[in-house]
Amino acid sequence: MLVAAALAIFVSMSLMLVRAFAGPTTYDRLLSVNSFGSKTVLLIGVMGFANGRPDFLDIAIVYALINFVTTIGILKFFRYRTLEVSLSTRRRAVADASGERPDA
Amino acid sequence: MEWTAPLLADPSLLFGAALLVMLAAILCAIVVSRKLLTSVALTGLFTLVAALWYIAMDAPDVAFTEAVVGGGVSTLILLGSILLTRESAEPVSPSRMVFPAIAVILAGVAILYAVGSIPGFGDPASPANASVGRDYLERTYKEVGIPNVVSAVLASYRGFDTLGETTVVFAAAVGVMLLLGFGERALGDPARRHEALNPDLVEEIDHHVVLRVATKIMIPLMFLFGLYVLFHGEVGAGGGFQAGVILAIALIVHALVFGLSETMRAFPAAAMRAGASAGVLIYAGVGVINMLNGGAFLDYDFLFPPPLEQALSGPDGHAGQHYGIIAIEIGVTATVASGITAIFYGFAGRAPDIASRGASRGPESGGGS
Amino acid sequence: MLEQAASIAAFVGQGLVLAGAIVTIIGSVGVLRFPDFYTRIHAASVTDTLGAGLIIVGLVLLGGGFFVTVKLLIIWGLILITGPTASHALANAAFTSHVKPLGRGDLRQPSASDEG
Repeated sequence: MLVAAALAIFVSMSLMLVRAFAGPTTYDRLLSVNSFGSKTVLLIGVMGFANGRPDFLDIAIVYALINFVTTIGILKFFRYRTLEVSLSTRRRAVADASGERPDA
Repeated sequence: MEWTAPLLADPSLLFGAALLVMLAAILCAIVVSRKLLTSVALTGLFTLVAALWYIAMDAPDVAFTEAVVGGGVSTLILLGSILLTRESAEPVSPSRMVFPAIAVILAGVAILYAVGSIPGFGDPASPANASVGRDYLERTYKEVGIPNVVSAVLASYRGFDTLGETTVVFAAAVGVMLLLGFGERALGDPARRHEALNPDLVEEIDHHVVLRVATKIMIPLMFLFGLYVLFHGEVGAGGGFQAGVILAIALIVHALVFGLSETMRAFPAAAMRAGASAGVLIYAGVGVINMLNGGAFLDYDFLFPPPLEQALSGPDGHAGQHYGIIAIEIGVTATVASGITAIFYGFAGRAPDIASRGASRGPESGGGS
Repeated sequence: MLEQAASIAAFVGQGLVLAGAIVTIIGSVGVLRFPDFYTRIHAASVTDTLGAGLIIVGLVLLGGGFFVTVKLLIIWGLILITGPTASHALANAAFTSHVKPLGRGDLRQPSASDEG
């Protein structure tokens, strides 16, 4: 039964791959890459149990962490064309500068 | 409990083949795509599938490294290099493809020719499994006393190689810093950072409350997990290198969400330079201590003077090996974490320069010092 | 008695894992077939929440010792935090960069070209 489940997750990963190739927008690709990542996490878990070696779960944790980072990184780059601007302290940064809005 | 039964040999081979087909498909898509951002996203997919394949081949340590390096760091550094160069690949004229195509085809033919002589997967008679590998498997627990043979080979038997690899990471970080700077330009003038942005975007950049809260939850977890990987490397998959990458990724996420200048205020570039050097120094220092105590370089049995080693170890312990491996793993972690963070600082901090060079020169704000 | 409970738990666990895998497939089909980006996010989130939940609860019931259970729960927690956050960030970025959601009646043309 676990093998069937692993197979099902694998099939759904392949479907996700089709969406990643087809696009059409970059957001669609990112969505499918992110979703592919969470399916990979689940597949590693199921595979570990199916093989009788659940100690592979450490790698699943790494994936869950890394997948998030990659999605956020690509998204931020795609949206803002920068890696270093803060997403939170706009007002403080602007106030720090000279009390004047940079885009005024 | 029939679910613990290992998969038959056949389904797992089929699974490996399916993963390889998937890898080939992703590679074709990466090559065909002209938008480099799409290629980067697909590279992330490639890494995920490749690491799955390593897991299917029963190589968790390799899968771990592939996941942290390929999935996390290299994706972000690729983004950084797109930032500093351009976003779409130029079409290549067919005449320039001829020679590379010939080279690739020749290499492919050579590899296909060599496939016949590769020993079967897990073949006990293959040279790797029969002589050296078997030797390590038999001797490790007796001589080093830790259960993860991969860690023992990397840190103890092949400690000198790993010192070389750590030095390579250090040298790479130094090279990037010399080329791109230390990212300290990003600290300069906060207003300039927003000039690169479209004014419409500046208005909505503050909308990411959910992202900020989730990141605040995630970053401590990532640090904790990095430390777990570092100190758990003796027993399970992972070790100093992977731990260093995870720690660096935690810092990079902070920089992505809260801004590079905030991160550099907490972890200054100077500290990263110091950390990268200190790691190599710790590693080599452990080796020198061994020599002072009468052993060979990196022979951890002489980490403590022989009487102390006797007292600490007891009859069958390997206190010197344990503490020595932990010490050099900490050195590796320090070098890798600081080095990768410094590389990211270099890439991300350089961008405002490039952007403002392209546009007209920004207004000099006089008041700010 | 205890053995019986364990075997029932293993059976239920396998059922949950399989159900989760089926939910995962349903979500993927949704991502593949739905007409625009926002509906696709909706389908993808099904995997992250319901699919992951079912699979991980199922694996916990299969039982692998204390540390395995703790790790599974950590993974579940991570997926529950990161999945919706990533979906939200994607939707936010897409909406603010003027990717238009389909409106009433818009479905005619895209579905005609999509189904081909």
